[in-house]
Amino acid sequence: MERSRRRFLKLAGLGTLGLGAKPVLGIVSGGAAPQPQIVQGENALKAKQWAMVIDTRRFRTEEDFQPIIDACHKIHNVPRLENKRHEIKWIWTEPFENAFPNKENRFLNTRVKDLPFLVLCNHCEDPPCCRACPTKATFKRESDGIVLMDFHRCIGCRFCMAACPFGARSFNFRNPRPFIRDYNAEFPTRMKGVVEKCNFCAERLAVGKMPACVEASDGAIAFGDLEDPESEVRKLLRENFTIRRKQQLGTEPCIYYIV
Amino acid sequence: MPNNKTIYDKGKIVFGLIVFGILVTFPFWYNLGKAAPAPEPILTEKAQAAKVCIRSTDYMRAEHMQLLDVWRDAVQREGKRIYVNGEGKSYLMSLQNTCLDCHSNKAEFCDRCHNYTSVNPFCWTCHIENPKEIK
Repeated sequence: MERSRRRFLKLAGLGTLGLGAKPVLGIVSGGAAPQPQIVQGENALKAKQWAMVIDTRRFRTEEDFQPIIDACHKIHNVPRLENKRHEIKWIWTEPFENAFPNKENRFLNTRVKDLPFLVLCNHCEDPPCCRACPTKATFKRESDGIVLMDFHRCIGCRFCMAACPFGARSFNFRNPRPFIRDYNAEFPTRMKGVVEKCNFCAERLAVGKMPACVEASDGAIAFGDLEDPESEVRKLLRENFTIRRKQQLGTEPCIYYIV
Repeated sequence: MPNNKTIYDKGKIVFGLIVFGILVTFPFWYNLGKAAPAPEPILTEKAQAAKVCIRSTDYMRAEHMQLLDVWRDAVQREGKRIYVNGEGKSYLMSLQNTCLDCHSNKAEFCDRCHNYTSVNPFCWTCHIENPKEIK
């Protein structure tokens, strides 16, 4: 009895060792098929923190901005809803006093007073919207500092809209699809009940293209890496006096305006 | 002292058990041999010409939803948009521009199995060729 139990335990021990043999043998024989990999595109533009410099001296009237706004809204299937309360906007214009409250002097010069200012998501370095989001549907991408949205995860609570000091976010109160003028088949639409905003053309940067607004601006908008002292935006920031929207809130907006 | 091996109302209980058994198994034997045939998804000409999907058919059939889930996070959150499969072939990770480009026949391809297994994914509320087709 004593002996047979001892033997049984020994054999059982050897048996369990055998369980670990298969993975080891698999590695030794090298029979494992190569695993699929997920990689970044070769042409992808890379930066630590993307930023934009808008030269407002290059613009005069509302019409100057229209091609830029249309380019963005067409590419991203942004619906056009006439009702202001349902409006969806990724990039639009605001008068100076709305774009830059408390930068407004009592007597503004005429050019700035009458000039529309191009506004969009500021892709803040410290974005309050991302802190407000309960599902992490909106997040600041570690790799390049873009404030992005995962529409799949958005539950439509609109906390981010309340948190954003720039009004850069729009809510789909209605199904946006019937209101899309020119459909771009390469970009998804959104659905009723999600928030949306500018994505700094993350899908274009991934294939080595500049954002649509930058391309359509004919050089009036510069785009580049804020952390790279040699980048185009840093060069412009060195050479020109620039302002940012609601800088006093400490969100560190990444859209700079040459006035 | 009653004999505790006796079942009171034995006849009624046994009858009841038989009725219960029949009722519970009713759906099984009633539908015996009438199982709906497994659907055969139809491939588009483009998909037929390509012969292989990004992974084996069995893998795609069973795991496409997990694959898409991984793709979504990789694309959105890490900015990685290229999928290199085991054979070393690379694909753009995009439901709309890669998957639905070949499998453009939703009704004959996607819907067949989804209806059969009674799942209702809402991929197409945002990803489809022509939004005007949607009600």
